[in-house]
Amino acid sequence: MTQTATRYDRYQADFVHFQKSLSNGDAWLNEMRQAGVESFSKLCFPTAIRGNEDWRFTNVGPIANRQFAYPFEQASVDAAQVKALSPWDDGWVNLVFVDGRFDQGLSTPAMNRKGPYIGNLAALSAAGQAAARQHLGRHVDAAKNGFAAVNTAFVRDGAFVALPDGAADLPPVHLVFVASRRPQPSVAYPRILVVAGRNSKATLLESYVTLADGAYFTDGVAEVILQEGAQMQHYRLMREAAEAFHIGTTQVRQEKDSTFTSISFARGAAIARNQLHVALDAPGASCFINGLYLTDGTQHIDNNINIDHLKPHTTSDLYFKGILADRSRAVFSGRVIVHKDAQKAYALQSDKNLLLSDGARINTKPSLEIYADDVQCKHGATAGAVAEEAIFYMQARGLDVETATMYLVQGFAREVIDQIKLDGFRQYLELYFIESLPKYQFRSKNQGP
Amino acid sequence: MVPRQALEANLVTAPKVISRTSTSDDLAREYKWGFVTEIESEIIPKGLNEEVVRIISRKKEEPEWLLEWRLKALRHFLSLNYEEPKWAKVSHPPIDFQDIHYYAAPVKQAGPKSLEEVDPQLLETFNKLGIPIQEQKRLAGVTEEGPSKVAVDAVFDSISVATTYQKTLEEKGIIFCSVSEAVKKAPDIVRKYLGSVVPYTDNFYAALNSAVFSDGSFVYIPKGVRCPIELMTYFRINSANTGQFERTLIIADEGAYVSYLEGCTAPIRKTSQLHAAVVELVTLDNAEIKYSTLQNWYPGDKQGNGGVYNFVTKRGKALGKNSKISWTQVETGSAITWKYPSVILQGDNSTGEFYSVALVNNYQQADTGTKMIHIGKNTKSTIVAKGISAGHGQSTYRGQVQIMPTADNATNFTQCDSLLIGDKCGAHTVPYIEVRNPTARMEHEASTSKVSDDQLFYCLQRGLDPEEAHYVIINGFCRGIFKELPFEFAMEASQLLRVSLEGTVG
Repeated sequence: MTQTATRYDRYQADFVHFQKSLSNGDAWLNEMRQAGVESFSKLCFPTAIRGNEDWRFTNVGPIANRQFAYPFEQASVDAAQVKALSPWDDGWVNLVFVDGRFDQGLSTPAMNRKGPYIGNLAALSAAGQAAARQHLGRHVDAAKNGFAAVNTAFVRDGAFVALPDGAADLPPVHLVFVASRRPQPSVAYPRILVVAGRNSKATLLESYVTLADGAYFTDGVAEVILQEGAQMQHYRLMREAAEAFHIGTTQVRQEKDSTFTSISFARGAAIARNQLHVALDAPGASCFINGLYLTDGTQHIDNNINIDHLKPHTTSDLYFKGILADRSRAVFSGRVIVHKDAQKAYALQSDKNLLLSDGARINTKPSLEIYADDVQCKHGATAGAVAEEAIFYMQARGLDVETATMYLVQGFAREVIDQIKLDGFRQYLELYFIESLPKYQFRSKNQGP
Repeated sequence: MVPRQALEANLVTAPKVISRTSTSDDLAREYKWGFVTEIESEIIPKGLNEEVVRIISRKKEEPEWLLEWRLKALRHFLSLNYEEPKWAKVSHPPIDFQDIHYYAAPVKQAGPKSLEEVDPQLLETFNKLGIPIQEQKRLAGVTEEGPSKVAVDAVFDSISVATTYQKTLEEKGIIFCSVSEAVKKAPDIVRKYLGSVVPYTDNFYAALNSAVFSDGSFVYIPKGVRCPIELMTYFRINSANTGQFERTLIIADEGAYVSYLEGCTAPIRKTSQLHAAVVELVTLDNAEIKYSTLQNWYPGDKQGNGGVYNFVTKRGKALGKNSKISWTQVETGSAITWKYPSVILQGDNSTGEFYSVALVNNYQQADTGTKMIHIGKNTKSTIVAKGISAGHGQSTYRGQVQIMPTADNATNFTQCDSLLIGDKCGAHTVPYIEVRNPTARMEHEASTSKVSDDQLFYCLQRGLDPEEAHYVIINGFCRGIFKELPFEFAMEASQLLRVSLEGTVG
């Protein structure tokens, strides 16, 4: 244990310094931070190999073994660079966070964000604080998750989106988290809180982009609460640097008849994990979770999705696709739990993978735990290369092998991309995702070695 | 020699006969195999230590290398500090491994000439187990041969009491006997393959088994021989507080074929009994082994007391080219089942199959599934698993499909379906899939639901009562698996299903 203790000294030392740097410490926030740092001291990062089912396929040793400094000084970032990196539309409400801290200059001015509160946590009024206090840190379980615990310890700023009952016709909300170029490896703790009031409708896009190219660490936490009848279109884009580490924890709580539709895209990062937990906590709640991940080099991307059907008449639909090239590795763990008495649950789960190279490796684990009987649950998983018959079909129509495979790989990715209803984002992905698909040489099964 | 210890009072009176050919009328509502046979048996004191292992080895007159191997296994087991694996979705009180008799054997009587001379108690047991009279004679050691189709090896408290049809088999060069006999008869084969598929370091229970295994079946099918009859082993736990640790080793040499069946029952006892077996199969080039199990250990009573803890390691190695290993299992018994019959597909073009029906009722728990490890080129595996949960039962399918970088063009198809009966039970699916070769094709699908209302309505409308309707539908759900079983076994499996489902509806 002494060895583990020294590994995390940097976080502890930074925390002490961080606490001193806070000029106006609100008591409740300080309490939360303190609880966070205490949980983190106990939990640390899940580096154990034995008996660590949740992290069985993802070794976070490389994150634990490195020293990441907390960025005490705010970096200045050029607006044009941010616009070029992330999907951008001036018609959206854009909130830009650099290394986890709000950048007013780059964000949509406050007067243009009418009606609901869409802003940063640090600038909240007393009334706003009271609203945030009801939910911040109440949904994500920092006592069990070391990454969420350390994020909670360093809560300072973050995005707060509070939609009043019936809010609709809002512009899409775009939260941009930029990692700036820093002299030493540093860590950012993006934090998001979304409270969607009854029957509200909104579109939310989270973008994680970078100006840095070396190693850095993004440890994000998002809490999303959908009240009765709320509908949310949620998109998550991860486009980190090749040597970066990214752990994102999203906790969604859904009330009666609410709908959560989420599409996530993951590209880049040496080790990345998207942890999503949805609690379907009232009848009629439904979630549709889609994802596309693309890995090459020696990247490792892990999608860890947990769905809890806590009440009767709830629906979940998971659909993930992956394209793996070079010596990269992807992990998909879907865990759908239908709790006792959550009758009439309907749960679907699917993970499809395209392996493009010899060294690529996929671990997929779509599991179901069912404790109620009147349910319909299905899951499926596939892995393989592009279909030889399809290549042949196109070759017979005059396309060369390279073009044919390119179309097939693009088509595989497009199935997810085409579901995006936010135009600016879809166009961005068409350009960026499709163009960056790895070049791939089809190898026929019928040819010799 | 210590005489048989006092038996517990909780016995079932007047048990009916049940056999592979019994009809539903023979099967009453509860576990009918729960009798205890008062056969004089030799039992060594409780406890696990080097001395116990040495005694077992000495009693079996084993060669030095085997004793050494056992001792290595024991040391490995003790180094694990009695920490049982925790990953399975089962819960039970901790097992006191020092409170178990590691060896119990019926006292041998030399060479009876006719049925009259056979220990009537032993004969009575065979009767109760429903082993046909012709086979009984053989089991009891009476020498005449008759027209039956199955060669039976009966294992009592891990000691093989008799094996039938030796003569027929010997003509073909087939060795079918107990492992302890095989150590003497074919030491080279045993030494070469024992522990080659499941090393003693494999897992907690495999280590324990390797140290104290008392007996089990050994089968060797020579080159190019197709075993003319089905081979069967009948396992029976009899003594109280006795762990059963049998070890089965089956080797099919080049071009050989064998179909092997196992059945198991145990007496009703209030305390749980431990059964930790190891089964190893090896197929060389072009060989095939078909292994069928009808597992009906005592499942415990309706409140979940007693029952057998069935912690079994079964694994086959398709070592040769074009070889095939097929597992079929029907699991209706045991309080807790922890069992993953696996295939290592090492030879090019080799095939692995796993067909399973696991039924849990009352407080039974089953965590079962398979592992298919694809190493050779063009290897193929099929997994079809059906789980049925009723009462407070919890069943889990836990499977692993691993396609290694060398396994070009490997294909896997997995289907696991679960049916739920009642709102207190659970059905879980935990598949682990790893693909490391882009030419591989892997497909997995699973579903969980209750018995369809439409199907039930259809049956009820045609005059079936709800229980019969459920049985018909569930039997249909399992049909695909049953048809993989040898015919008589399939009949019994279907009847077992009916008995196990009694009282779950209405």
